[in-house]
Amino acid sequence: MTTSKEDPHLAVGAYVLHALPPADEAAFENHLAGCEQCRREAGALLETAARWGGSTQTVAVTSQARARTLLAVAGTRQNGTPQRPRARGRRTVRPALAASVAAAVAFGGVAAWQHHESDDARARAARAEQRADTESSAIAGVLTAPDATVHTGELTDGTTAAVLVSRSQARAVFAARRLPALTGDRVYELWYAARSGNLRPAGLVPNASRSDFRVLKGSPVGSVAVGITIEPAGGSEQPTTQPLGVIPLTV
Amino acid sequence: MLHSSESNVRVEELLARVAGGDQDAFTGIYDALSGAVMGLVHRILRDAAQAEEVTQDVMIEVWRTAGRYDPERGTAKAWILTLAHRRAVDRVRTARASAEREQRTGILAPERAFDEVAEKVQDHDEQRRLRRCLAKLERHRRVPLMLAFYQGLTYIEVAAALSVPEGTVKSRMRAGLRELHACLEGQA
Repeated sequence: MTTSKEDPHLAVGAYVLHALPPADEAAFENHLAGCEQCRREAGALLETAARWGGSTQTVAVTSQARARTLLAVAGTRQNGTPQRPRARGRRTVRPALAASVAAAVAFGGVAAWQHHESDDARARAARAEQRADTESSAIAGVLTAPDATVHTGELTDGTTAAVLVSRSQARAVFAARRLPALTGDRVYELWYAARSGNLRPAGLVPNASRSDFRVLKGSPVGSVAVGITIEPAGGSEQPTTQPLGVIPLTV
Repeated sequence: MLHSSESNVRVEELLARVAGGDQDAFTGIYDALSGAVMGLVHRILRDAAQAEEVTQDVMIEVWRTAGRYDPERGTAKAWILTLAHRRAVDRVRTARASAEREQRTGILAPERAFDEVAEKVQDHDEQRRLRRCLAKLERHRRVPLMLAFYQGLTYIEVAAALSVPEGTVKSRMRAGLRELHACLEGQA
């Protein structure tokens, strides 16, 4: 154990290396608080340790990890700082817009599945195979676009969902953490909403999908929100159910 | 001072904006530093999946606590890498504790590569400089630093591993870091 006759400064190296057990660390921080010279030394050595840390070979994070973190941050409150209005406007659903889009979704009409009837199984399989590759490179493309913006909203079940938009790439990615699995032959379907209230199908999120990310079908240009509904397998031309959530794309 | 001052100024500005809730600024910091954070964390944990988790924790902590960063006390990059080292060390200790409980200590045993100065990776200037400075330290100073920095051992564990008194380990850690500091500053 440490002895009391020992110079407390001695612990500064271990402190900087995070090598003090909790009790010793608390004691040393107490000591630091009352010792200007020690704080200077700790500061200089921390900088050295950080420089050591920064000289480690960098390892690239995956685009999925990046998106997961950006999504998590969008839903994480900061300590001690009030949220600025601009930030808040972006991450909550604006009631008026939500209501108008919800109304449009509700009156959207009856399902029309013709667009899938012409599909033959082979074409579908080929598309699925291609999707894995093109999907992840499209996600990476949106995420690395200099103009990419993150827009978040809450679904009716409390799940946080986000839409990442790059207008320069005319692409958007939908991200949700653990969408509840659907029973029966149902899928999640995404929609682009125009200011007029018109809704455009933006692709399906298959029930079996373990992926948190989905590139939306078509361009977000001209859309003011993205909605999500539950639809029969194969999707619908217009929504047949109440939306689970609407994420405004405007700031 | 870190070697790339231009990008540091940018990180400083971005971090100030992050403290005000600016998500785009956070994205900027993430893109500038997530590779360095992941690199350090991965070097300590040696497991990609865990490193990815810890990297996420670190970056979320940056977002949450950006307001606590004090420019008087060091660069923004140093602040973030210090958080990263802290988190990685906490994780490796937890992993070691559970490994010991399960009687499989091989993976994280301190003997493993505890004095490895050479990295089998491609160099850049800062890495070369760091390695040269580490290599200049006498072994009895270098080894405690390496054990703490890369293996996450406390000074008490280092003392036990090397059969050296605890007070001696503390003073060697301090002396070693001061020497490293002087060497790096001298060559900057």
